[in-house]
Amino acid sequence: MSQYVLRRLMIAIPSLLGISLVLFVVLALAPGDPFSELATNPNVPPEVQQALRARFGLDDPIYLRYLHWLNAMLHGDWGFSFVSRMNVDTLILQRLPATLYVIGSAQILALLIAIPVGVYAATKPYSLFDQIANTLAFVGFSLPTFFTGILFILIFSVTLDWLPFVYTTDIKATGIHYVLEMIRQAIMPVAVLGLFQAASMTRFVRSAMLDVIRLDYVTTARAKGLGQANVIVKHVMRNAMIPVVTLIALQMPAVFGGAIVTEQIFRIPGIGSLLISSILSNDTPVVMAVTFVFACLVVLFNLIADVLYGWLDPRISLR
Amino acid sequence: MAPLLEIKGLKTHFSTDDGILQAVDGVDITINRGETLCVVGESGCGKTVTAMSILKLIAMPPGRIAAGEIIFEGRDLVPLTSNQLDEIRAKEIGFIFQEPMTSLNPVLTVGEQIAESLRRHENVTRKQALERTIEMLKLVQIPNAEGRVHNYPHQFSGGMRQRVMIAMALACKPKLIIADEPTTALDVTIQAQILDLLQDMKERFGMAVMLITHAMGVVAETAQRVVVMYAGKVVEEADVDALFADPRHPYTQGLIRSIPRIDLDSEHKTRLEAIGGSVPILINPPVGCRFAPRCKFAMDVCTEKEPLLRQIAPGHRMACHLGDVQLGDAAGALA
Repeated sequence: MSQYVLRRLMIAIPSLLGISLVLFVVLALAPGDPFSELATNPNVPPEVQQALRARFGLDDPIYLRYLHWLNAMLHGDWGFSFVSRMNVDTLILQRLPATLYVIGSAQILALLIAIPVGVYAATKPYSLFDQIANTLAFVGFSLPTFFTGILFILIFSVTLDWLPFVYTTDIKATGIHYVLEMIRQAIMPVAVLGLFQAASMTRFVRSAMLDVIRLDYVTTARAKGLGQANVIVKHVMRNAMIPVVTLIALQMPAVFGGAIVTEQIFRIPGIGSLLISSILSNDTPVVMAVTFVFACLVVLFNLIADVLYGWLDPRISLR
Repeated sequence: MAPLLEIKGLKTHFSTDDGILQAVDGVDITINRGETLCVVGESGCGKTVTAMSILKLIAMPPGRIAAGEIIFEGRDLVPLTSNQLDEIRAKEIGFIFQEPMTSLNPVLTVGEQIAESLRRHENVTRKQALERTIEMLKLVQIPNAEGRVHNYPHQFSGGMRQRVMIAMALACKPKLIIADEPTTALDVTIQAQILDLLQDMKERFGMAVMLITHAMGVVAETAQRVVVMYAGKVVEEADVDALFADPRHPYTQGLIRSIPRIDLDSEHKTRLEAIGGSVPILINPPVGCRFAPRCKFAMDVCTEKEPLLRQIAPGHRMACHLGDVQLGDAAGALA
């Protein structure tokens, strides 16, 4: 098992190298770089500009710049953000907790809704409950988060004034009030992201359950007199969760991507809004680092999916 | 002595988009304690649905027991809820299914799948359940039972899986085993082993067996009594010897003639006879005898009036308009 994980990590190295190369080339081809702003600044003489560009190697050929970046990354140097005037790794670590807090809570909320609702709907297909759950899931799935997000702000912040609509990291309160305030300001983004996730997951859980519930071994289990609840949980769910777990793990990178939008709407100072602002300000080292982090997440969650798959399904042996 | 199981006028219907499908339409079957009863018929004749109806294992909806009684040890099972039936499932009536490849849960060890039934029905600890599971696996002749108990179904061959299924069905020592085509999915050599094992177990535990099959060879080898089903109805019922020696219903005769013979010398060999046509679709079936469209002896009355199951000799019942005499003549003329 550990050997399998190790080998998969080794295989991940060439793919990460490839991804980083593509990212680097695409960013290099994009117009603008961290110093393009200097060109428009009359206070900086052209010689100084040239000297700076030469010092940071910005006019070197692209392969040299890539090798330079790669070498620095291998030494743990993520680069320097010229806009924020701090190291990129410090910047990312500063922004990551907010993202993890919101996305993590949203994922948990989605699972807490999707699994019970999907399972129950599948045990009574085409019942009233199933129809309502299906319709709601369809509605939730069809509404984009930037729409529901603004709708939520309009209702709960502007009209009712129950919840704050700007997420802030410097809450003045301490102790229990701090915790309460953290929860209060996370309610809307978590609900928007979580409900959207829950909608698609519910449909997936339901169909995965229905695929299994008709199989022969479920009839075998029922013939043993185990009782409906036991049959569903032990025999149906265990099998139905195999594709669900894979889907969730493989969806995680997309969830991070989707969170970018939510972070923008609620002004959450997370990694997603960092990406947007650094793209807008031509802060290439940060863009490169954040996109590379996303790439690593894709590889990591693929690996997690495979390991979970092997753990849930004894027919798959990880060698 | 009262029979162990008595099915009276059972009607199991399925609602489909095209109408009500009368899969089982008024079936009477009686099983005595300790006997082996074979239910024969071609695919789609309702034999599996009949068996599944006993423990309400059919999907409901769309399935529905529309009429009839299923009396097991003096108690009617039809009005019972699924929860009440759970007390009888596996404990009183065990089930062996057709497909050993798909009838075992792939993510649970075979030991767990046998033990869970023991833990459900008998007051045993986990350890006792495991011990009894190993005992059962030994009984069905699985080598190295102590090690195999922790294996998953995919680590067993088809024949071995069917042995596991038998061990599972027998674990709580039920009074009746319903085996739904237990050998159909297996190699011929394995088929004989599994049938022998079933016979063995039956004698050891003194249970009754309801064996569903479409293979007349299996019937001849195992049954004491035979029920022949056609299109959701019982068409003939007799002791196994009487049925093979003197089949009365044209359908039964067709079934017996369709068995390949190797005991005849080459000059007596004839082309294997098949029954032409196929089982009718059981949505709005025609009035009269359901076999009439395929029957060589069909008369006018056959399409007008439904033949009722009637006694023609002690222990021998059949449902056909042909009298004994004419039928004998007709069969003679045909041969």
